Amino acid sequence: MIVVKYRKIWYLLSALLIAASLFAVFAYGFNISIDFKGGTITEAGYDARPDKSLIESRIQDLDIGGFSVRPSGEKNYIVRTKELSGEEKAKLLTALQATSIERQNTVGPTAGSELKGKAVKAIAVVVAMIVFFITFAFRKVSHPVSSWKYGLSTVIALAHDVIIPTGVFVFLGHYLGIEIDLLFVTGLLAILGYSVHDTIVVFDRVRENLSLNQEKNVHEDFELTVGKSVNQTFARSINTSVTIFITLLALYLFGSTATKSFALLLTIGVIIGTYSSIFVASPLLVTFYKLQKK
Amino acid sequence: MRKHVWISFILLLVFGLLGWFFFVNQPTADLRPFRFGLDLVGGTELVFRADTSDITDRSGAMEALKEVVERRVNIFGVSEPLVQTEHAGLISGLEDDRLIVELPGVSDTEEAKRLIGKTPMLEFLLVKPDAEAALNDNQGEKLDLNDIFIKTGLTGQYLSHARVEFNQTTGAPLIGIEFNAEGKDLFAKITREHRGERLAIVLDGEMLSAPVIQDEIREGNAQITGTFTAEGARELARDLNYGALPVPITFSSSQTIGASLGDASLLAGVHAGLIGIALLAVFLILWYRLPGLVSVVALSSYIILSLSIFKLIPVTLTAAGIAGFILSIGMAVDANILIFERAKEEKKKGKSDMEAFHEGFHRAWLSIRDSNISSIITAIILFWLGTSAVKGFALTLGIGVLISMVTAISVSRTFLFAIYDRS
Repeated sequence: MIVVKYRKIWYLLSALLIAASLFAVFAYGFNISIDFKGGTITEAGYDARPDKSLIESRIQDLDIGGFSVRPSGEKNYIVRTKELSGEEKAKLLTALQATSIERQNTVGPTAGSELKGKAVKAIAVVVAMIVFFITFAFRKVSHPVSSWKYGLSTVIALAHDVIIPTGVFVFLGHYLGIEIDLLFVTGLLAILGYSVHDTIVVFDRVRENLSLNQEKNVHEDFELTVGKSVNQTFARSINTSVTIFITLLALYLFGSTATKSFALLLTIGVIIGTYSSIFVASPLLVTFYKLQKK
Repeated sequence: MRKHVWISFILLLVFGLLGWFFFVNQPTADLRPFRFGLDLVGGTELVFRADTSDITDRSGAMEALKEVVERRVNIFGVSEPLVQTEHAGLISGLEDDRLIVELPGVSDTEEAKRLIGKTPMLEFLLVKPDAEAALNDNQGEKLDLNDIFIKTGLTGQYLSHARVEFNQTTGAPLIGIEFNAEGKDLFAKITREHRGERLAIVLDGEMLSAPVIQDEIREGNAQITGTFTAEGARELARDLNYGALPVPITFSSSQTIGASLGDASLLAGVHAGLIGIALLAVFLILWYRLPGLVSVVALSSYIILSLSIFKLIPVTLTAAGIAGFILSIGMAVDANILIFERAKEEKKKGKSDMEAFHEGFHRAWLSIRDSNISSIITAIILFWLGTSAVKGFALTLGIGVLISMVTAISVSRTFLFAIYDRS
């Protein structure tokens, strides 16, 4: 019951987190990878990693415009440059004097911006479809709160679950150089899926309790029904997020470097997603109910 | 009811055999190997955009493009090259049609790009009568094709064969071409209707020659003359034989992953997966005891079934794809947890084990169904709109969630009823 009763505290907490995230986005900006803006990324492997300044001065001599060099893993360097021609690539590879070239990606600028549009479109379509589905799934419980408001609460929780991890990653991008790449967008979409999945489970319990009350002809306050439903699904919510947390933690600790930040993103998303189903989406139903009564 | 005990044994046997067939027994397991993405095994991916703006039968042209590039790619001698086309449109969210070429094990991007992208684009175009002057000034130069030429629809697509010949008087190399049946008819029609006009032969946007049509040519052969060296002529004839591109393409992006990084990622991914599953099993058994053990068995069946299906389709497993699979494992476990927690609640109300589980399955089903449907909707949309990495994620997640609905309900349920039903 604490959950619904003290909802203003949770709203405040979430609002603060969202504000901090938005602040990070505006203050630091996105550290966008070549996936979205075009360019060439080269990862060079060494037996013994040479000094970073040495590599930097060698690339500087090539005169291929702005670039950045970052260590990766134990023995590699990742070099980011503008989109390189075949000739420039060959020059870069000579300058790096690497034992092996681990990977090299080139993305044209139009391909990058097209991808950005596509990512935004995918998220918009997913959100629209989910509201539609939830309105449909909860069509039989439009009393006392109409079913589209369940959809609206889910989407608010979903926005919450996407904005906060994004804020964390913008922050990490600023200080640790983690980039917003295609895998990041994939991760956000996964969080989106999880957030809705988790919210539906809690709402399903509200739906069940409402129809139970109707059957038995019990007049229970809506606030009480929601509070009861949250309590009943609490253990399940925690245990599920613990199990997903365990698998993601394994992916983070033992997985490849390529999926490390992905696993971190999903972990944050699962925690926030579980929190929002309980502390944001469900109390919102009560708030909508109160607004409607006024 | 002995029924559940029997079904449990049969299920155990089926999944055991499935696992043995696809993963343990070497000959049958190798029959259907896993297909790993380039990010896990190393190789090169090239993406080209295809300009289909002038073409009416776009999907036909893209299909022809795919075939031609597949033939070209085979020159590399790469095992399992993959050539795909993606169409522009609302559903795919793309602005252009595009061609994706995956070459496992190839690390020389430039060479690959040159060999695929430089496939000759041969066109036969009629010269506009008022453009003769411009033509003479710019012989051999890159021309703005639309100002000077009229498209005839006859392109290298209709070629059946090209060979190097030599001019009998000057000894200069030239290329003799033969059209296929369709091309023959088209060529005859053009030469019949436009007698006396000039027909330009344009290669990669560059005019090679523009002879005057003397008479109708019914045999379906022609000669391309130009300032060729013997070597250049041989190369061109070879390229034309491999197939001229029916659609012009431009390079869009490339991705090369070294084999060592690929191997390391794959190994790390498998490790992480195994450790994650082991920890999960420990948690479930410690927390839920016997039912927990049952859910671990159900989970193992789920993993065997999913991986078998990944092998059968086959699904290309990438780093993102494996992540999608791991997430679907989480959702599969969620179904079990929902059921167990619900059963616990019912037991508190004084019901017997059997009744409690019955009720648990019954009540939990709605939330399992609805939450999984929303995951499947998400997966489908991502599969439609996503790029290859997102697609891999969406596919494993979608398949995983679908299978988990089946195993969580049917497998766990049968086992639990077999254990608790003592009446």
